[in-house]
Amino acid sequence: MYQILKKQELIPDLMILFEVQAPLVAASCQAGQFVMLRKDEIGERIPLTIADFDRGHGTITVIFQVVGKSTQLMAKLNEGDYFLDFAGPLGQPSHIEKFGRVIMVGGGVGVAPIHPIAREMKLAGNEVISILGARSHDLLILENEMEKVSSEIIVTTDDGSYGRQGFVTEVLKELMTERGGIDLVVAIGPMVMMQAVCDVTKEVGIPTVVSLNPIMVDGTGMCGACRVEVGTDTKFACVDGPEFDGHKVNWTLARQRALMFTEEEKRAMFEHHNEGSGCRCGCHQQKN
Amino acid sequence: MRMPSAEELKQATKSTCKRPMPSQNPEERVHHFTEVALGYTEEDALLEAARCLGCKTEECRQGCPVDIAIPDFIKKIKTGNYVGAALKIKETSSLPAICGRVCPQESQCEKYCVRGKKGEPVGIGRLERFVADYERAQGTVKVPEIAPANGIKVAIIGSGPAGLTCAGELAKMGYSVTIFEALHVAGGVLMYGIPEFRLPKDIVQADIGYVRQLGVDIQTNVVIGRTMKVDELMEQGYQAIFIGTGAGLPNFMGIPGENLNGVYSANEFLTRVNLMKGYRFPEYLTPIRIGKRVAILGAGNVAMDSARCAKRLGAEEVYIVYRRSEKEMPARAEEVEHAHEEGILFHLLTQPVEIKGDQENWVKELVCVKCELGEPDASGRRSPINIAGSEYSLPVETVVVAIGQSPNPLIQTTTQGLKTGRHGTIDANSDGQTSRIGIFAGGDIVTGAATVILAMGAGRKAAAAMDKYLKS
Ligand SMILES: Cc1cc2nc3c(=O)[nH]c(=O)nc-3n(C[C@H](O)[C@H](O)[C@H](O)COP(=O)(O)OP(=O)(O)OC[C@H]3O[C@@H](n4cnc5c(N)ncnc54)[C@H](O)[C@@H]3O)c2cc1C
Ligand code: FES
Repeated sequence: MYQILKKQELIPDLMILFEVQAPLVAASCQAGQFVMLRKDEIGERIPLTIADFDRGHGTITVIFQVVGKSTQLMAKLNEGDYFLDFAGPLGQPSHIEKFGRVIMVGGGVGVAPIHPIAREMKLAGNEVISILGARSHDLLILENEMEKVSSEIIVTTDDGSYGRQGFVTEVLKELMTERGGIDLVVAIGPMVMMQAVCDVTKEVGIPTVVSLNPIMVDGTGMCGACRVEVGTDTKFACVDGPEFDGHKVNWTLARQRALMFTEEEKRAMFEHHNEGSGCRCGCHQQKN
Repeated sequence: MRMPSAEELKQATKSTCKRPMPSQNPEERVHHFTEVALGYTEEDALLEAARCLGCKTEECRQGCPVDIAIPDFIKKIKTGNYVGAALKIKETSSLPAICGRVCPQESQCEKYCVRGKKGEPVGIGRLERFVADYERAQGTVKVPEIAPANGIKVAIIGSGPAGLTCAGELAKMGYSVTIFEALHVAGGVLMYGIPEFRLPKDIVQADIGYVRQLGVDIQTNVVIGRTMKVDELMEQGYQAIFIGTGAGLPNFMGIPGENLNGVYSANEFLTRVNLMKGYRFPEYLTPIRIGKRVAILGAGNVAMDSARCAKRLGAEEVYIVYRRSEKEMPARAEEVEHAHEEGILFHLLTQPVEIKGDQENWVKELVCVKCELGEPDASGRRSPINIAGSEYSLPVETVVVAIGQSPNPLIQTTTQGLKTGRHGTIDANSDGQTSRIGIFAGGDIVTGAATVILAMGAGRKAAAAMDKYLKS
């Protein structure tokens, strides 16, 4: 059992941060890796990228967005409660070295996994420019934390309620033309965003790393649920990734595979509503 | 409980047929996951045991990978000493309730049974299962005497039949044993692969409980190679290590369309269904999606299990697509028989060549060609040759690829100096000794995907070798 030491609702009922006691994972994890966790006996195994870790206290921080029944139930846990299972660290760590000028692009909940990578990149002596994107101001997370680990930070919101109005790709294009000399881009966020970033950088050949989060079951390489096409190869994201060369990812396939269980998820949600559990997740709005 | 009369017993000795296994009827059982074979009653067991000739030559034993004293245990059944029979088996086998259910008896002990020369062999597996179940039901499973603790720490990686057996044996010798398991439950394939209707999970759990009673500490959620490396275990004072990490890496065919939505590896399919209890979705939260028509590629136990799970999940038509003929199918005979009874359709001498999808990337059809069998290859099996122009397509919504598993490479790639074989297996001698002193290995990780009894046997042998090593 893995105790939740701290809970923070970064955005109430939508974006939740948990700091979890998991000394073995904390002792060996590195930026870019993820954990597999399970709330209770009936729960799914859920992969979450490590948002932070504290080796001294033996804790791991995870941040997730409420998107379906499993994450809704998880969001109800409080400080002092436990996860039944918490395994990791899984996947390959981010490749950290001194590249020079590195642009970190984080969109939505993708800012969470970007954070420890940005920190390591800065420690390795890189100039780290971070572009954070959110739909609106109230959906922006970890701005202060990202400030601390970046040389410079630029925020965009789709609706212009904060920072610059527009998409992260516009800022990226500007940086490319006005400053140039970009050695690496790391993009984590919604698939459309990562793909858009890759489209921009591919033209001019700036190496771009993305972190994929396909559907997973075990997270240890034994099922292949997480397969993605990278170049001409099929890869298992949980052991070969989660980070890949964004220019080689087959995005169409990745997006379609993400929809494999949409109908089942809807069904789980439907039953969830009929339980009369009075959830506050806002999902009732999606029903009609 | 009805007992056979003396006359019935006498008749039974002459019977050329195995006593049938009481089973749920197929129309009924395809709607749920409860165990298909119900097990012999005491009467069945006595009548079947009566068929054993108790040959001095003990031919059957040469077919048993762990050399169970088969005629001896059957003799005990004849005298009604069922617990004694179970103990007899346990002298050389640790998991009789499991092996009685899943061993391929027709190619092992029963293959050599003298009665099999004229008629059917004695139902050795059914008798093994009977005594193991009897012992458990009586609550007479006793923890054996355990040697005084010697304070020596040993680590076991993986909790499948190899790891569990090795751990149990070492614990009995007084070692302080810890199992590290990557998944959230112990049991390996017994829990995540083989379905409930063939191997009820409470039986596996009872055996795991027994290993715990022997004093073994089982730590789940520890992925060796990631959470800790083998060498770190050594540094933490584990003086010997046994690697029993199995063959968990799913093989794909490499044909076009394998990444379409609706294509599962058998491991994914079975893990969702069994380990995560997807068949009880949405009560259990892990979803499983199944089409009306399902094609299973392959014809081993894994394929039969997948096919029968698909049927139980509500698929209307389930096909086994296999490139050789029925005779070459690697599955246990009983599984094939059960699959037939449950209406699984067999497309034999058929090679899948492509999976085609619709515009949204969902599986629509499986393209196949017919085959004929050529000359036997190196393994002695006749290899299939595609017949030109015989291409046809099978409309399906789900495809499960069940053509085999390879060893998971994680330990091999994160442990220095561990020699590996051509297929990614870990090299070890018959005692389980690897190329590194103090590190032993056994089960599927050494042999490649094989059987429960072989894995169990390898775990026992390695335990003895580890004891010898640690005492020297
Ligand atoms: C669907 C299916 C049906 C089968 N049916 C039969 C049958 O009817 N009869 C029969 O005899 N055999 C059958 N087999 C084969 C049999 O199950 C295996 O041969 C046997 O389980 C091998 O045992 P093992 O202990 O070597 O490995 P496994 O049972 O595979 O156990 C290995 C364990 O190690 C764990 N592990 C792996 N890597 C790590 C790591 N890095 N750190 C920690 N833990 C790790 C795994 O999670 C797993 O729990 C079947 C197999 C499958 C998949
Ligand atoms: S999640 Fe199962 S192999 Fe990657």
